[in-house]
Amino acid sequence: MRSTPRAEAKGTREGRPRRGLPLLFARARKGEGPAALGFLSLGLLLIALFVIYPSVRTLWLSLFDKEGFAGVSNFIDLFRDREIVDFGRFLSREPPWGALLHNLVWTVIHLPLTVGLGLVLAVVFSKVKSWWVGLARGAIYLGIVTPLIVGGVIIRFLFEKHAGLVPQVLGALGAGAPWSAGWTAYPETALLALVIGSVWLWTGFSMVLHSAGLSTIDRELYEAAQIDGASEWAQFRHITLPLLRPVTLVVAAMTFLWELKIFDIVYVATMGGPGGASNVLALEMYFSAFRELDPYRASAIATLITLFSLPVGYWFARRRLGR
Amino acid sequence: MHIKNPWAKLIAIVVALVWVIPFIGIVMSALRPSQEVLYGWWRPPFHFSFKNLVGAWTHPTASLSIGLRNSVQVAIGATLLPTFVASLMAYGLGRLRFRGRGPLLMLIGLLLALPQQMIAWPLFREMHALGLLNSLTGLILAHSAWGLPWMVFFLRGYIETLPVELEEAARIDGAGRLKTFIYVIFPLMLPALASVMVLQFTWVWNDFFMALILIFDPNKMVITQQIPLLRGQYHVDWGLLSAGTLIAMSVPLLVFVFLQRYFVRGLIGGAVK
Repeated sequence: MRSTPRAEAKGTREGRPRRGLPLLFARARKGEGPAALGFLSLGLLLIALFVIYPSVRTLWLSLFDKEGFAGVSNFIDLFRDREIVDFGRFLSREPPWGALLHNLVWTVIHLPLTVGLGLVLAVVFSKVKSWWVGLARGAIYLGIVTPLIVGGVIIRFLFEKHAGLVPQVLGALGAGAPWSAGWTAYPETALLALVIGSVWLWTGFSMVLHSAGLSTIDRELYEAAQIDGASEWAQFRHITLPLLRPVTLVVAAMTFLWELKIFDIVYVATMGGPGGASNVLALEMYFSAFRELDPYRASAIATLITLFSLPVGYWFARRRLGR
Repeated sequence: MHIKNPWAKLIAIVVALVWVIPFIGIVMSALRPSQEVLYGWWRPPFHFSFKNLVGAWTHPTASLSIGLRNSVQVAIGATLLPTFVASLMAYGLGRLRFRGRGPLLMLIGLLLALPQQMIAWPLFREMHALGLLNSLTGLILAHSAWGLPWMVFFLRGYIETLPVELEEAARIDGAGRLKTFIYVIFPLMLPALASVMVLQFTWVWNDFFMALILIFDPNKMVITQQIPLLRGQYHVDWGLLSAGTLIAMSVPLLVFVFLQRYFVRGLIGGAVK
């Protein structure tokens, strides 16, 4: 029943069944091409020059090497490259595992933690009124506006041997090296330090969006559930969670894209070290292009990151365009 | 809905502490003499010192006074230019009907997910060819083009929520498309423009990668580029580095404190809907 007016509204907006629209609008339609060109040209020029052309060029370069056309051999080389994937070491659990696997491990830990934590905190904070909530919210928000380069410095500072809080506290609790030493200096702990730090920085994003989603849920639903004697858990499980699902999906998608292109934190905190143990794809691409001056391999890595991003981007764009 | 739940309050306290303490650490080590924080910023005695802030501000190779000035110029330029361009584009895509509109929207939507690495190398070469390497103008252009897709998406979404009747009234009165846009749509868009500007300003300010590949001259560097330079070659001077991060953070922090409403609205509008 509820879908009828919605479908109608959508129909008029897309302009396909034109019956409801005034004649004027329909007549103007014919000549709108030139007007559109006027409105769009400046922006399209900028995007074409500085976004589209470089992307297409990168894609093109990824298919070449010094000798000429190379097909997909750059990509095949990437998967044989220990800097990118090192399954042997991954199975023996001794980092470095290669940039791609580091990104993957990062995602596997970071994605559920930030999305889940943001959701839980949004719900919990909507239930209590206390100045602690204000403080917690404010501090978590801070993570979103913090430049990631600053975030990386703070992470390094937290896990530093003498000056850092985390190793000192763990040492006092009786933990041995590397836990009580500088996390970023040991291959076993460097990546983990960065991942934990990035959870600290990114949870705010998830919390803000989930909070916004919560505020759109009809209060009457909860009142009705309470009258029926539903427990708080049951309310969360059967009202909050399903109604927040669209928001959670968006948060997860954007978090995934964020993890794929992670760069600043690693650059400033560890430079991918020690010995490549915290290297990631974006950093490897930078090294390849601007240190080793190998645009072909760099382009292949960049294209690889894009190939991982595009399906999510496509889903996201379709969703936002209402198709 | 406000249930007295002791667990909820406990969670709030723990979370508040965990999230605040790292920031307190940075502030403490920035405002205390360097030798005092060598073995931890939480250890007494506590003395106040401006030395680190002054040191970072007047650093011989990475003076933050220069970086701050450059960052301000880049962030303002790379906010105003694309905001203007994006509002035109958003109107064109939101209201006008023309062939290829759907595919164009999809293309712009896909660009939202593009990683910066995909444009890095050719952009570097292109800027070199245009003589715009090592120039704030080049960086502003790159940031503007890069920010356009999401700004257009956000503003287009907003325009489509505005009632068409107002424009129709203006058009019956004989106003052309451009006039309708300037006098009817643009004023109505102001709240959305505020959100877009606050978000873009913060993103440009916080960006590191784009600046890293386009700027090398120490006198042209933006502030985020200078932070890694403050670290020093052989040992990390945490006092100096903390002071630097504090200065670099101050601007987005001010924006956030005073313009939080627009910031959050932009973030939500960009993702949820």
